[in-house]
Amino acid sequence: MRKVKSEEMAANVGKQRTLWQETWRRFKKNKLAMAGLAFMLLLVILAVATIVIDIVTNKSFYNAHVIKQDLRGRLQPPSLAHPFGLDEFGRDMLYRMIWAIRYSLFMGTIAIALSCIVGGTLGAIAGYYGGKVDNVIMRIMDILLAIPSMLLAIAIVAALGSSIVNLLIAIAISYIPTFARTVRAPILTLKDQEFVEAGKAVGASDFRIIFKYIIPNSMAPIIVQATLGVAGAILSIAGLSFLGLGIQPPIPEWGAMLSNARSYIRDSWHITVIPGLGIMLTILALNVIGDGLRDALDPKLKN
Amino acid sequence: MYKYVAKRLLMLIPVLLGVTFIVFFILNLSPGDPAAMILGDQASAEALEMKREELGLNDPLLVRYVKYIWDMLHGDLGVSYKNNLSVWDQVIDRFPNTAILAVAGILVALLIGIPTGIISAKKQYTAIDNCSMILALIGVAMPNFWFGLLMVIIFALKLGWLPSQGMGEGGIALLKSLVLPALTLGTGSAAMITRMTRSSMLEVIRQDYISTARAKGVSEKTITYRHMLRNAMIPIVTAVGLQFGTLLGGAMLTETVFSWPGLGRLMVDSIKSKDIPMVLGSVIFLAIMFTVVNLIVDLIYAFIDPRIKSQYKK
Repeated sequence: MRKVKSEEMAANVGKQRTLWQETWRRFKKNKLAMAGLAFMLLLVILAVATIVIDIVTNKSFYNAHVIKQDLRGRLQPPSLAHPFGLDEFGRDMLYRMIWAIRYSLFMGTIAIALSCIVGGTLGAIAGYYGGKVDNVIMRIMDILLAIPSMLLAIAIVAALGSSIVNLLIAIAISYIPTFARTVRAPILTLKDQEFVEAGKAVGASDFRIIFKYIIPNSMAPIIVQATLGVAGAILSIAGLSFLGLGIQPPIPEWGAMLSNARSYIRDSWHITVIPGLGIMLTILALNVIGDGLRDALDPKLKN
Repeated sequence: MYKYVAKRLLMLIPVLLGVTFIVFFILNLSPGDPAAMILGDQASAEALEMKREELGLNDPLLVRYVKYIWDMLHGDLGVSYKNNLSVWDQVIDRFPNTAILAVAGILVALLIGIPTGIISAKKQYTAIDNCSMILALIGVAMPNFWFGLLMVIIFALKLGWLPSQGMGEGGIALLKSLVLPALTLGTGSAAMITRMTRSSMLEVIRQDYISTARAKGVSEKTITYRHMLRNAMIPIVTAVGLQFGTLLGGAMLTETVFSWPGLGRLMVDSIKSKDIPMVLGSVIFLAIMFTVVNLIVDLIYAFIDPRIKSQYKK
């Protein structure tokens, strides 16, 4: 019995690997998407490195370089000693840019993961059970979709107050309907397929059928949507912080840095240009990865 | 057609009730006692209780919601905590400024997006196509408030051609002050619409009826506009409709960058001063506007594509 199970698992693993190998083979050919992937890997490494440095040095490096002010050097343009220049309080822009990565990257990812789980589950339930359940869930999703996501996020932050956790909740909620729709659509066609009926015939529970039979077969649109969603979430985080409703100073965050730079726009250009470039390149990288994944997962869609 | 419009208007009612209820519910989650905010810290317990009763805060949420909607239908969105002025008056006062900005933004998006998309599709894989696709990728990825700040640096501060702040009064001054905010707001959507137009045109371009039209000797211009664009229009109109939502969100950021006296800025300022009735009023107003715009977009569909209209005739 035990042997059969492990053999079955091995067969499954083998099958899955070829699917992903195939996807990866196609993805690799897309140079733009590979460049995006390389850039995102670099950001992840830098973000993890800053967290490790903060833990190892007990934040002394962070305090000495990222938030310590030195008014003598304020607004100094880029130079060899400070490649990105100094900001309005004489803080090194390079360090601040690097320390800011974690907020955009990890918050964007966590927010989208949350809405993917909640929205995806709602969409799966709606699509699988159909009928009244579907109607109730999807009408609520339609109504949420009828509110522009930025407006919804702003309303939530306004109600709960601006903190990192509330910002996460706000952005996660505003993406729930998108994921509910993304997950529901393929389920509607998949639930009548023979392999699902086979699953029901051998007595698999609804939970098992949804998560073991249906979801793995509808991963492609979910992954693409998630990649593009992280890009959107990063943009929302930066936007809300720019409005002063997101991450508060002195914490370095790209949108908040732009918000401060606005007051000194007459005096210096680099404190405006650099944080925006950071946001733009990150979104660009995620978008080309998303497009690349879509083409690789479903070559039919490519025109 | 009238029946279709009537049907769509009726369908609007539950959506609007849902949208307003969700916004009302979310903003009522906010901690803090509005009575204490109006009367200040020194107010006695009785005074607070009286104020709460007066504001109807002791009623259940649903009762307050119904009352809020009833008042809204009579042009009353309550009074601001901050200056005791009518929320409705301030919203109505600011809204035209946001509408001017939004319309200018969508014009920029359409005027750049659709022609670029058409040219890209007709000259697929040429230098022009590659160039505009790269620009579109950058345009989609660029945070619009940052693009606005860059334009302020270049066109307002370095070159001194255009004003960087505020809204000009009347004619030329208004137009001049509108250029940078409209470009800021519209560029991202322009990039989105370019990509949508291109892919939608490419789908149509290889259809048999295009070859037929060519074989018949129809001029290239007529083919492009009558045969291709009209059929490619449905996804483009969808994209434009969706962009309006992005635009309303973007308007808050653009208005902040350019100190444009619109509804978005009013809302952001009200959030900072915790003026909940003001926030509620402006969010509900914008959400209703967005829903109505989406309805208009749907009606335009029916106008472009008779197939959709006929579905509703049964």
